[in-house]
Amino acid sequence: MALSRLSLRSNRFLRPSTTAAALPSSIRRHVSTDTTPITIETAVPFESHLCDAPSRSVETSSAEILSFFRDMARMRRMEIAADSLYKSKLIRGFCHLYDGQEALAVGMEAAITRKDAIITSYRDHCTFLGRGGELVDAFSELMGRKRGCSNGKGGSMHFYKKDACFYGGHGIVGAQIPLGCGLAFAQKYSKEEFVTFTLYGDGAANQGQLFEALNIAALWDLPAILVCENNHYGMGTATWRSAKSPAYFKRGDYVPGLKVDGMDALAVKQACKFAKEHALKNGPIVLEMDTYRYHGHSMSDPGSTYRTRDEVSGVRQVRDPIERVRKLLLSHDIATEKELKDMEKEVRKEVDDAVAQAKESPVPEPSELFTNMYVKDCGVESFGADRKELKVTLT
Amino acid sequence: MAARIHGGAGAGAATALSTFNPKKLVAPSRTNLPAARSSKRCIVAGGGSDASKSLSVRHSQKLIASAAVATKAETSATTGTGHELLLFEALQEGLEEEMDRDPHVCVMGEDVGHYGGSYKVTKGLADKFGDLRVLDTPICENAFTGMGIGAAMTGLRPVIEGMNMGFLLLAFNQISNNCGMLHYTSGGQFTIPVVIRGPGGVGRQLGAEHSQRLESYFQSIPGIQMVACSTPYNAKGLMKAAIRSENPVILFEHVLLYNLKEKIPDEEYICNLEEAEMVRPGEHITILTYSRMRYHVMQAAKTLVNKGYDPEVIDIRSLKPFDLYTIGNSVKKTHRVLIVEECMRTGGIGASLTAAINENFHDYLDAPVMCLSSQDVPTPYAGTLEEWTVVQPAQIVTAVEQLCQ
Repeated sequence: MALSRLSLRSNRFLRPSTTAAALPSSIRRHVSTDTTPITIETAVPFESHLCDAPSRSVETSSAEILSFFRDMARMRRMEIAADSLYKSKLIRGFCHLYDGQEALAVGMEAAITRKDAIITSYRDHCTFLGRGGELVDAFSELMGRKRGCSNGKGGSMHFYKKDACFYGGHGIVGAQIPLGCGLAFAQKYSKEEFVTFTLYGDGAANQGQLFEALNIAALWDLPAILVCENNHYGMGTATWRSAKSPAYFKRGDYVPGLKVDGMDALAVKQACKFAKEHALKNGPIVLEMDTYRYHGHSMSDPGSTYRTRDEVSGVRQVRDPIERVRKLLLSHDIATEKELKDMEKEVRKEVDDAVAQAKESPVPEPSELFTNMYVKDCGVESFGADRKELKVTLT
Repeated sequence: MAARIHGGAGAGAATALSTFNPKKLVAPSRTNLPAARSSKRCIVAGGGSDASKSLSVRHSQKLIASAAVATKAETSATTGTGHELLLFEALQEGLEEEMDRDPHVCVMGEDVGHYGGSYKVTKGLADKFGDLRVLDTPICENAFTGMGIGAAMTGLRPVIEGMNMGFLLLAFNQISNNCGMLHYTSGGQFTIPVVIRGPGGVGRQLGAEHSQRLESYFQSIPGIQMVACSTPYNAKGLMKAAIRSENPVILFEHVLLYNLKEKIPDEEYICNLEEAEMVRPGEHITILTYSRMRYHVMQAAKTLVNKGYDPEVIDIRSLKPFDLYTIGNSVKKTHRVLIVEECMRTGGIGASLTAAINENFHDYLDAPVMCLSSQDVPTPYAGTLEEWTVVQPAQIVTAVEQLCQ
């Protein structure tokens, strides 16, 4: 249904058809740098709670939509590469993949700056990439190499990028929510006009600490935006089985909320822009992003015991974020099929190169076990089983 | 004012420590623990048979931290002018000085602002620094501890107060996973310079849930430091050092020690976070202790001195990491160790310290390390029973006599 609505709308903006082959290359637009504003309507309206929903007309540009496509394609490829690396046992432990939810990461980035903070849970690979993280750093961290963004000591669930205000990367469900409100508090304390986006899932939405933190954020007027990435399943439990009230954007009660189609990058961008303005003036707001993950909860979860394959493929056909943007690009004549396919090939190569590079990079030295325990002023000593073999001062 | 870092030597045994007045024992209300002089001193005859009788008769004195053994008090306080204050005031002074010095320091906790702090440690700070730096939180330890840690990730230096240490169990996940581990799992990108502080320990019939010793639960969290203060001097010094440290520090205070009076220097000073304090040098036996048990030990030391023993008393202060340098030197001198602590027997600080001493200094020991700790029971309400859960001076004397045979 969303598909038909999109094509219906795009027909209104359809330019007179000219194929790329017909146009001589000298007068082709340079699409990747074209920033003339375009206005596009979102397919699904916003639902709001205690506030006025933003307009459905999103201001964007060809360059931006193209960057959405490229970034989402890169994220998708990265996650698929991670899938096969996990199956070949190069990535161990837990690996939570984000494919299907990419629109959230790119849409959010388009609305904010690198000084606004983002903190999320363990499904953090794409958010890291969105914040400017390098593919090779991500893959190195996943494979436990020294080159990794956390020196190989964090793993899949602990990606951080301090210079881009990306605060991770947290393994315990919901524990990042008070941290996120603390980041917002620090922003308010320093009187800089930045906000914090605290991401959590529909599973974490039932945690007490969410409501504790929301209470404090509302009480102290913190510039905190709590984003519920509702992918409808908390591991194997569907939302209707875990939440009495699955309207997560309303659960803030006294805090305004907005429900957004999380598979539409432009809608996400609009909502995040709206939320940032709101948070700076009026304090916290809850965003519920209606999204979906194609993989299971993690690589250990096939993802098919609690949902049908038809459901997954149905969402992929109708709501896939990358396909949406592709159709937008094609219908607005911003790029051709071939250009987009070439772009995807480039991205694929990028990812493959990064994987190869990460595979070659060295594992951490054994002495790294004891580094970054304390900031250098403690002098704690630690011993191994054989004191003569291993005796070290924690640094 | 130039700051001076004092090592632990001799600073603790100031002579002018005041004691609680047994006659004024009221039902503990948070804001007015009585503080006055007690003239009675309890000399406990050694041995256990009449101990219970004397304990029940002189019940009130036994709970009191009495004056320390008069030793060489070589604090600068005695040489210079100094000023006398109570322990909670010393904590407040330290906190205030650090808040003046660094605008990134803020305080958050329940009733720390307008109420002035349930133990008056933050009294007056809200008026001076405002609501944004002294924050009254709702009752949600998990959330405000997490918020403090999140704020610390960006560079603020929050001092998080647990109204009672036991309440911090609700924030255990934040303290363990985020506070302790974020520096490591982020590959060194973030430092967490928080101070988590609050009163703990067995008070005066506060009941099981309000008499907890959390040192034992937190001690194996990697990445944190733990210190326990016991005198106004080291309370202020450790508070300041903890705030200045880039590592997360948990500062353990004790409910019954807030009204100790001592003269502390006027000049600025901080205490070393990783150093133990030599309370009373001696030759025969090393007694290691911390927090309130220091006073029980010193009380027992008076008896022991009368009996001809010469105990060396060390207030270990740093619970994580242990100051094995000072402790080791002492063990090498005396060859006998007695640990007196208020923690539980199982898995307490004493248990870890016993293991550490045995591992490191086994060759120097003439006798097994003995550890006196609280009983493995929830702290009962009844006063007589509560006394028996905690180590009393009589037991310390007996233990020393046994070890020194």
